[in-house]
Amino acid sequence: MFWTILLILAGLAVMAYFAGRSRSGQIVDGDYSKLHSRPSFHGGFLVIVTVLPASFVLVVWSIAAPRLIDSAVISQSASVVSGLGKPELDVFLRDARAIAFGGIVGFTDDAKEQAAELFKTYRSYSEVGMTVVMAALVALGFIYGFRKIAPRMRARHVVERTTMVFLAACSAVAIFTTIGIVLSLIFESLLFFRQVPVFDFIFGTHWSPQSAFEGAGAEAGDVNSEIFGAIPLLVGTMLITMIAILVAAPIGLLSAIYLSDYASRPVRAVAKPVLEILAGIPTVVYGFFAALTVAPAFRGFGESLGLSVSSESALAAGVVMGIMIIPFVSSLSDDVINAVPQSLRDGSAGLGATKSETIRKVVLPAALPGIVSALILAISRAIGETMIVVMAAGLAANLTVNPLEAVTTVTVQIVTLLIGDQEFDSAKTLAAFALGLLLFCITLLLNIIALRVVQKYREQYD
Amino acid sequence: MSMDATMNPMAAAAAEIADMGASAVTADGDPIKMRGEKVCVHYGDKQALFDVDLDIRKRQVTALIGPSGCGKSTFLRCLNRMNDTIDICRVAGDITLDGMNIYDPSIDVVELRARVGMVFQKPNPFPKSIYENVAYGPRIHGLARSKPELDDIVAASLQKAGLYEEVKDRLDAPGTGLSGGQQQRLCIARAIAVSPEVILMDEPCSALDPIATAKVEELIDELRENYTIVIVTHSMQQAARVSQRTAFFHLGVLVEEGPTQDMFTNPRDRRTQDYITGRFG
Repeated sequence: MFWTILLILAGLAVMAYFAGRSRSGQIVDGDYSKLHSRPSFHGGFLVIVTVLPASFVLVVWSIAAPRLIDSAVISQSASVVSGLGKPELDVFLRDARAIAFGGIVGFTDDAKEQAAELFKTYRSYSEVGMTVVMAALVALGFIYGFRKIAPRMRARHVVERTTMVFLAACSAVAIFTTIGIVLSLIFESLLFFRQVPVFDFIFGTHWSPQSAFEGAGAEAGDVNSEIFGAIPLLVGTMLITMIAILVAAPIGLLSAIYLSDYASRPVRAVAKPVLEILAGIPTVVYGFFAALTVAPAFRGFGESLGLSVSSESALAAGVVMGIMIIPFVSSLSDDVINAVPQSLRDGSAGLGATKSETIRKVVLPAALPGIVSALILAISRAIGETMIVVMAAGLAANLTVNPLEAVTTVTVQIVTLLIGDQEFDSAKTLAAFALGLLLFCITLLLNIIALRVVQKYREQYD
Repeated sequence: MSMDATMNPMAAAAAEIADMGASAVTADGDPIKMRGEKVCVHYGDKQALFDVDLDIRKRQVTALIGPSGCGKSTFLRCLNRMNDTIDICRVAGDITLDGMNIYDPSIDVVELRARVGMVFQKPNPFPKSIYENVAYGPRIHGLARSKPELDDIVAASLQKAGLYEEVKDRLDAPGTGLSGGQQQRLCIARAIAVSPEVILMDEPCSALDPIATAKVEELIDELRENYTIVIVTHSMQQAARVSQRTAFFHLGVLVEEGPTQDMFTNPRDRRTQDYITGRFG
């Protein structure tokens, strides 16, 4: 029903567009220069007044109608449902709907049959009502719009304002989604913090949520809050991120300098896209590259030096992650280095500075804010990365800063907490949301710092 | 203060060699600092300069005038090889500095630019403090052995550029925070700080208001005592005010060159006359 009507509306929109366009030509006898707005704007105007109100009604009706029907059915069958709890009521309504519109029915009884009849009637009322309302809206809108078209009518303003509202609505979707995600993180985390104190979570040094429950059966609800210490995970995350940045920052920055100031045009035309392809490789590919190639290589090399390197090491994961984020650093830095005005380079060269002196003493200081924000973006990316760490760094929550040992990160633990069959109200699963919130706060902080740095130094050259 | 006292050791040695080789003078007896002979410049397939012969006289101000696209800036940029940074640019002919061919492979372009400094059309101070802007050149060329010595160079350069009194209390403030005219004088101070022998100025006042322009012009007149100056300008009044010699370029050709006074009162070439009387340009 919904899709059919939508299709009809789309067809009407096309018709209205052409009707509006030709009407606008008609009223000025083909002398388009007399029109305030171009004919296509008149077409757009007619589309807006014809279809937009009906579409709005369609969406609202489709969302609201089932709820209204449910409550109407419940009030009609009050004698049957009054004694039912919420789960039983849901089952009752589900079965009744299944009887009415087809589906898998639990079991049938008279009350449900009756309710099903009600569903059928109300549903048909609703459909007829919606169709009538929409047909009326379309017709009225079309007539109003068609008569409104006149040489001095400001159709362009209407179309542009509607477009603006539409664009704003699109960006609102992104904003509200973000807010929704953050709120759900916060509420789930609050549930977790009811069982485990915030202090224990943030400052605890022991992490083993798999052994969260002592005893079994009825006693299994007791939560030992001391094993939800996030410190080992944070240390693991920081260690791997640090290694990644130690790899990515110099390589990325130096290649950016080469690309922007030394590379000839053909070299740059090839090298830059190739470097950016690195960013397009799926992280899972990096993951098995880390686990199957890099980690054993490090292990072998370490053994030849007499070091004991665990087969899943922070070093392997960090190095591969560093390679993964090189394009973030190099591409963004390349852009900001290119944005440093040529006049500064000329000024420096005119004083007898060599190219490398110019880059070190003039270009890089001028580009520093951009470079810093590139690095911070790369760090946020590294902190949020999961796949490589799952495959190459292991799951053991060791509290260590030795890069040769296995460590684990916040993201990896979120994954392990949520895979498999889980109840969604145990401390163990809720811990994943708390970790998510922690991660979100850290990356948010880094992004704010990056923005601040950029704003503070942006106006320095001009 | 005499030129030779401020000259850095490297440049002094080079100048000595050059002086032994050729201490050329013009027909009327002025010593020649730089000389261009049959200078041709191509940008890709397009020729921008055609066989330009021009002598730059020592411790005089030479103005290059002409309509847009006439090649005057191109010629200026040849004098310290700033055209090297443009990939498609080719320079033919000879340009000498104290008798040395500056396009000779044995010439280090960095050394050349230390001797032939440049001030650009738009003030382009580095995004650093006023002090650091001026200290930049002396630092990269190692002209100061100690911090007090560097301080002296900075103060002296700012004084010569007529900016010291205005900024002496805020040498740590960013150079980009100065007004346009002050910025341009800062750029001149920055160029002076490396003790060049020649200063090239590419329309140094085109981005400045009349008062700032007057100050810069006054400064150019003072700098003539110690430096050889070549200035590209669109303003004929400016050329008349600050220069001793004027060269008129048109369509990549040097049309005529002579004492500024003669040039403006009694041009030899019809095109020069048309240009300075405002018939085209």
